[in-house]
Amino acid sequence: MTALDTPTPLRPAVRPRPRPGAGRVFAAVLRRDLMVTGRELWVILVQVGLTPLFMLFVFDTILGGQGIVGRDFAGLFLPGIIALAALTTALQSVALPLVKEFGFTMEIEDRLMAPLPTGLVAIGKLVIATVRGLLAAVLIYPLGALVVGSAPWRPAGLPLAFLVALLGAWIGGAIGMALATTLPVQRINVTFSVILTPIIWTGCIHYPWPRLTMPWYQVVTALNPMTYVSEGVRGALLPGVPHIPAWVCLSVLTGAAVALTWLSVRCFSRRAVQ
Amino acid sequence: MLPSRAGPAVVEVHDLVKRYPRSDANAVDGLSFAVAPGEIFGLFGPNGAGKSTTVGILTTRLRATGGRALVGGVDVGRDPATARAQLAVVPQHNNLDRALTPRQNLVHHATYHGVSRREAQARAAELLDRFGLAERADRRIEAHSGGMAQRLMIARALTHEPLVLFLDEPTNALDPQTRLLIWGQIRRLRERGVAIVLTTHAMNEAARVVDRVGIVDHGRLLTCDTPENLVRGLAGDAILDLTVTPAPTDDPDALRAALGELDGVRKAERLALPAGPADRRAGAGLPGGVRAGLAGAGGGAALAALAARAGGGGLAALAGAGRLGRNGAGTNGGSPVAGGRGRLRFRLHLATDPAALLGPAVTVLAGRSAAVNAVDVGEPSLEDVFIELTGREPR
Repeated sequence: MTALDTPTPLRPAVRPRPRPGAGRVFAAVLRRDLMVTGRELWVILVQVGLTPLFMLFVFDTILGGQGIVGRDFAGLFLPGIIALAALTTALQSVALPLVKEFGFTMEIEDRLMAPLPTGLVAIGKLVIATVRGLLAAVLIYPLGALVVGSAPWRPAGLPLAFLVALLGAWIGGAIGMALATTLPVQRINVTFSVILTPIIWTGCIHYPWPRLTMPWYQVVTALNPMTYVSEGVRGALLPGVPHIPAWVCLSVLTGAAVALTWLSVRCFSRRAVQ
Repeated sequence: MLPSRAGPAVVEVHDLVKRYPRSDANAVDGLSFAVAPGEIFGLFGPNGAGKSTTVGILTTRLRATGGRALVGGVDVGRDPATARAQLAVVPQHNNLDRALTPRQNLVHHATYHGVSRREAQARAAELLDRFGLAERADRRIEAHSGGMAQRLMIARALTHEPLVLFLDEPTNALDPQTRLLIWGQIRRLRERGVAIVLTTHAMNEAARVVDRVGIVDHGRLLTCDTPENLVRGLAGDAILDLTVTPAPTDDPDALRAALGELDGVRKAERLALPAGPADRRAGAGLPGGVRAGLAGAGGGAALAALAARAGGGGLAALAGAGRLGRNGAGTNGGSPVAGGRGRLRFRLHLATDPAALLGPAVTVLAGRSAAVNAVDVGEPSLEDVFIELTGREPR
């Protein structure tokens, strides 16, 4: 290195003020979102509750009552519904507000201007999305049981089910954030349908993966992270039903979570600082 | 380009360059300036000149392509998070948190900057009071007018007591009361040593508060000085606007040249004639100016008085002959097209008292058989400097 290569240092200006601790600022940013989440609890309930509960009602009460669907289908379906609630709630609760905050109201600017690395603001969004996803999963369990009239109950499997749902929610949040920060606002609606619909229908919510007979469909479903959430929750609550082993679900979900976290934080940061 | 005030610079911009992706020109093209603590620095320029991009880089929302920028001694490119602890920004658009009340907006903002909740509450209460927002502090934000939102955004920016405050078009589309309040608060901040960087189009209004002005166009700094120096240096001491009807055979450029050769005239330029009646809008470019209206009954007398003060016999003769009265009436009562036909508008930048030049100017015009329709005397403003530097073409 010669002196020519280095830029001439500017003379020191005023002594900078130290920045507050990142943990403290992160907590403050999170606190705002938690407060808003707490206030919107009923919104989450409606947002997540309606589709799965109607699904349960139609598949179990209606079709089951007509004898078209077996009576034990509901037990198999409910874990899938819990998994669906975790992932899609997280996805929607980060994507829709972010589209609004970046595209129209610019509300997020105040948090982006906090003395905190931008990536941590993104991580805060993922944390909140995960909290909302888990909340949805926890709420849908008893509500679904009410609709069906019974539910698989296996306390020993609950920690695993919770862990899988948490990973599923985190992944959902990351997918939502990546979409919301990269897609043009005009195309967000159509993309949501294009992405969300296959996630739901190829996610093994309604059926156990090992019982699939068409190889090509097994491959398609195996590419969907939703599958491992459904299978993981189902395996934890109904060990008797054939399912993908828990260790496979946890490994795939952890891998997907790491990759999607990296991707979504990168997308967020690129959107925030151009 | 050192700050005018004593002390080390709190904002330093060095050869700053920004090129947006898929663009073939630099939005900011080698910009350099510095701002001292307690200084109000105005960054003025036409739309698309690079002001907002510069502010975007300084506030860490945009990444510079080249050069360096320091805010509060922190390199905004290398350590944006620490840089954000030094500054606050009030953007053009309303970016208030609509999920929160005004009070919560201030409290949460302060906690984002590490202020304890108790202290944040106290500061919020004080600022809401200072900006006249206490009454509606706990109502939903949707119910707020543009002026209230702007005040709230400034109050919010102050909750963490920044070293540098960036204001992007702070008084755009606000009522006079709110503007007064905002300018008052800005002066108060200066007294406390806060450096303020503001961009605006309301230049003549801002000229009363800013300490220094940088005029930017095409991403480059065209000039940087105190408003007084800029005005005196570029636009002259006074401006004389003449609306005349030349003799049919006279050449407009020759007429302009003849006026420009007068003693005390630094520059003569031809202005576009306003689309409407010349009289109604001739003075539009001279906000601080004295309008010597020639139209109507009093026009001749007023002009005669002006001419008498200036000692210009030719003008008095013109007024006495009633030629001005006729033209004035035509402009007022007749159709704009007919009234404006054949007229020319000249702006003379003067180095002397305009009254002393009025007589000679009218003498030149009378000598070329040109009729004077309107005379406007004005003090040049920052806006004149701005137009002088950046041209008249709209962007």
